[in-house]
Amino acid sequence: MSTQRAFAAALIDTRLPCPEGLCSANGADPASRFAVYRNNVQGSLITALSDSYPVVAQLVGEEFFCAMAAVFVQQQPPQSPLMNCYGEAFAAFIQTFQPASSVPYLADVARLEHLRTQAYHAADAEPVRHEQITAALASPHALSELCLVFHPSLHLLDSAFAVVAIWAAHQQDALLEGIEIDRRQHALVLRNGLDVEVFVLEPGASVFIRNLIDGQPLLAAAENSPEFDLGQTLGLLIAHNAITQMNNKESP
Amino acid sequence: MLTINDHAQSRTQAARTGLPSRAGLGLKTGHFREVLGSSPDIGFFEVHAENYMVDGGPFHHFLGLICEQYPLSLHGVGLSIGADGPLDKPHLQRLAELIRRYQPQSFSEHLAWSSHGPVFLNDLLPLAYDTPTLNRVCEHIDQVQNTLKRPMLLENPATYLAFQRSTLDEADFIAEVIRRSGCGLLLDVNNVYVSCVNHQRDPLAYLDALPLHTVGEIHLAGFAEDCDNLGDRLLIDDHGAPIDQNVWGLYRQVLQRIGPVATLIERDNQVPAFEVLLAEAQQADELLLNAGGRA
Repeated sequence: MSTQRAFAAALIDTRLPCPEGLCSANGADPASRFAVYRNNVQGSLITALSDSYPVVAQLVGEEFFCAMAAVFVQQQPPQSPLMNCYGEAFAAFIQTFQPASSVPYLADVARLEHLRTQAYHAADAEPVRHEQITAALASPHALSELCLVFHPSLHLLDSAFAVVAIWAAHQQDALLEGIEIDRRQHALVLRNGLDVEVFVLEPGASVFIRNLIDGQPLLAAAENSPEFDLGQTLGLLIAHNAITQMNNKESP
Repeated sequence: MLTINDHAQSRTQAARTGLPSRAGLGLKTGHFREVLGSSPDIGFFEVHAENYMVDGGPFHHFLGLICEQYPLSLHGVGLSIGADGPLDKPHLQRLAELIRRYQPQSFSEHLAWSSHGPVFLNDLLPLAYDTPTLNRVCEHIDQVQNTLKRPMLLENPATYLAFQRSTLDEADFIAEVIRRSGCGLLLDVNNVYVSCVNHQRDPLAYLDALPLHTVGEIHLAGFAEDCDNLGDRLLIDDHGAPIDQNVWGLYRQVLQRIGPVATLIERDNQVPAFEVLLAEAQQADELLLNAGGRA
């Protein structure tokens, strides 16, 4: 085993002994010095997760979060030097992490926080001017032929819990009082200018946007969705600069 | 003793970075708006390259605006130049792309490893100072400089332990890497102090063993203090405290030897208010001015 291989393994798996071949000028036990690296690695990765998932951390408390994050770090250490993306699999991990099962909405809150991070760093794209959209919607063939392209930061999340309400409560006083936790919510996440925004959608509106993302023209996307307020949904997308391109689908 | 002009002329090509001989600050995301709003009198800003390897959004927006006003030092923390495996080529390409986009006055990385195979360990890990490591580090630096088409600066490490198989002193190892690869030295004075305390070396002797004419940038930072199992001081380079008096003292010694060089105040943890960092930068600026830097 190469020196770095053994060193790396013992940094991630804290049950392994200090690697061989190390020494210190004063004759101190190398393990007491290796511990600095181990603490740095474990501590920095746990901090990275807690920076990316602040509401998850608030929901379970710092001690629980650190213990949970330490298990995740050991099972799934980063695979890239780009720490902005570390923890992509954290929500899926939380979903199956038995000690967290008493907080059934925790994984969805993690999913929402991850989508917010993704939206924050997503590629830039100019929105279509509002007048241009209004003009396009007014043309007779618009609804049947118009396809929309959304800002790269736009993401949807369907949750069996009131995920947006839970998340929003933790932006202020962190009180869950009055929130119907088990009420299904559909989240829309996007970056408008420099700010990441989160909205709750009607179930039908969420399906509609998904259909548009899949390339369906406006009319088909709306018809293939459960009932929802089309005007309001389009208004939301336009007002928050979510539409970056409009294409006319070739008539068959 | 050399005059300031002699110092500047004796510097190697790689050491002439284009950064001004002034104090600079690490650019923190929490300070973006304040920097743009108040245009502080700062010599340059430094950013960690990996933080800006994202597609778009506020990071690029603010860095673009700040680069219009200030020189930029791009500092990598994830290239793993000391790794025993090959360099991560896609990562090197991302770096080349970032350099093309922002045209930084300086690019620097560490004498350390941080990845093993696919796993990134998010720390700067120590190397055995022997011939195979020397050859590998030089090959990796060649590859970096050839890909980026510019010389880089290599930062001396802060270390907490040593390897039995090391055959060279750290300073001699660094000197040889620089001689062979033609890169410059990013002299982290805090790392010099931390390593010398941890390994019972004399900081001035260590400094004098380094090729100081290749210094293109200096780093100053604070450390945390711990002790090993013998109860001896063990200093940890955590960038989480104000600069220690001993490190300021060593910095003065460096300036006496090489004249004024662009100096970064590093603070990555427990980041204080912007004006606190600004005050430390002003302290460095005064020393730089006394050492012959421009006002």
